[in-house]
Amino acid sequence: MSTGFALDAGLVLDAGLAALVLAVAVGAIVAGTAFAAVVGFVTYGLLLALVWVRLAAVDVALTEAAIGSGVTGAVLIAAAARLRPAEARSAAERPGVPLRLAAAVLSALVAAGLAMLVLLPSAPAPSLGPAAAVHLPELAIGNPVTAVLLAYRAIDTLLEKIVLLLALLGVWSLAPDRFWGGAPGQPHAAQQDGALALLARLLPPVGIVVGVYILWVGAVAPGGAFQGGAILAAMWILVMIAGLRDAPATGGRRVRLLLVVGPAVFLAVGLAGFVVADGFLAYPASYAKPLIIAIEVVLTLSIAVILGLLASGPPGRERQR
Amino acid sequence: MSAETLYGLCAAALVGLGLFGSIVDPQPLRKILAFNLLGGGVFLLFGVIARRGAAAGMAADPVPQAMVITGIVVAFSATALAVTLLLRLFETTGQATLRTGAPARPDPDSDRAGS
Amino acid sequence: MRQVLDIFTVAAVSAGALFFLVGTVGLLRFPDPLTRLHALTKADNLGLGLVVLGLLPQAEGFLAGVKLVAVWLLAQLAGATVTQLVARAVRRGGPPA
Repeated sequence: MSTGFALDAGLVLDAGLAALVLAVAVGAIVAGTAFAAVVGFVTYGLLLALVWVRLAAVDVALTEAAIGSGVTGAVLIAAAARLRPAEARSAAERPGVPLRLAAAVLSALVAAGLAMLVLLPSAPAPSLGPAAAVHLPELAIGNPVTAVLLAYRAIDTLLEKIVLLLALLGVWSLAPDRFWGGAPGQPHAAQQDGALALLARLLPPVGIVVGVYILWVGAVAPGGAFQGGAILAAMWILVMIAGLRDAPATGGRRVRLLLVVGPAVFLAVGLAGFVVADGFLAYPASYAKPLIIAIEVVLTLSIAVILGLLASGPPGRERQR
Repeated sequence: MSAETLYGLCAAALVGLGLFGSIVDPQPLRKILAFNLLGGGVFLLFGVIARRGAAAGMAADPVPQAMVITGIVVAFSATALAVTLLLRLFETTGQATLRTGAPARPDPDSDRAGS
Repeated sequence: MRQVLDIFTVAAVSAGALFFLVGTVGLLRFPDPLTRLHALTKADNLGLGLVVLGLLPQAEGFLAGVKLVAVWLLAQLAGATVTQLVARAVRRGGPPA
């Protein structure tokens, strides 16, 4: 009796949350200004993080809140502010009714097709859970998601780091030639006594502890390199926005070293697998956990620097020597 | 109806909504935003499949979850690159439009100072 | 004892939810940005504070309780900062809401 009530209450919560996510998503699409649309999108991301918690995927919830909503939102909102002068003109180029109608029909068809897949699931539901569970004791990693990311499918994670680096190179390449190697954008005006400067002084000590904690518990509980790195990046971005510290020159040796140290160590351990274990990205059984943690630590550093620099945009100043 | 089915239907609607927005909205920035919204729906479908695949004492299949985490990070990389391209277009032409045949010369009326 | 704590939790969380409701109604109904900020901070400070207070007896151990209080303090800090920034933008006649 009491469990039945609890389940119903849970379902009511789920239904309300799903309706809210949809309503905010519609709001973000139809919003009057780009600024309002971005605010809607950030809200949508945070609500989505709650949905991930309801789906028992706390690792994903942390990533969605930190990267999908947080850092992406920061990039979009800065762009919306800079593009405001061009907004009215490009908004006036709305496509005609026939195209809008065709797009609506196409979108509805795609949505209906996906809904059919959801309503007619294959039985039994496919799952790689048992396969993932087999080697967990050997790895001594309690969090199966971390095990998938850094042991079973380590190659995906390695390639994803390369994608992050390539995206950063792409962003840098869009700067005029004379700015190559210089610091991103214009320095933010320093406000030594404002509310933002106070926050930028108070929050980073706490945020850095939380980031390191999330990285550390990632081995046994929700958390890991991405989530921890994103929190560290957020603290750095906050300090830069408040004008307490200027962004570093993108050509600096220390910055470049931090950018590649994560992927480089990952790759080196992977190649060492040929010699000391069964092949590429294979870990010797007794050292699996320390190796995974070492990789995660350097990855976290690199992820934090890459995310911070991606959010800062291309170089906008000549390099001072 | 179970919670997974509910969120699955929600995800399907989000994909449709994001697709519609990325086709219809003329502003490139809002196309990028709608595309991210679509991506959120796709990731959510993975989440529903993961939850249905709960097995071996785990609340959800870890493999789709790990794929979504990788996906969110890659989506952010692509978004950052796309936004930078758009800002560069705006700096160069003074406009933010994808219309072919738009004048390529800087527009003297527009504010190019930025910040 | 257990029941007393449970009743306390229900009462405090309900009171917190009420503040959230009132704050949201104020956010939607008040005429200008500054009064809307006022309504919002009530939801943030009192609403979240009461919810956290109510959840403390249900926390699994001391550390979990500390984490709950930390969440409230961090939300306070972020809320106060954002309120300041929005209010400053309003005074400068910045971007319309």
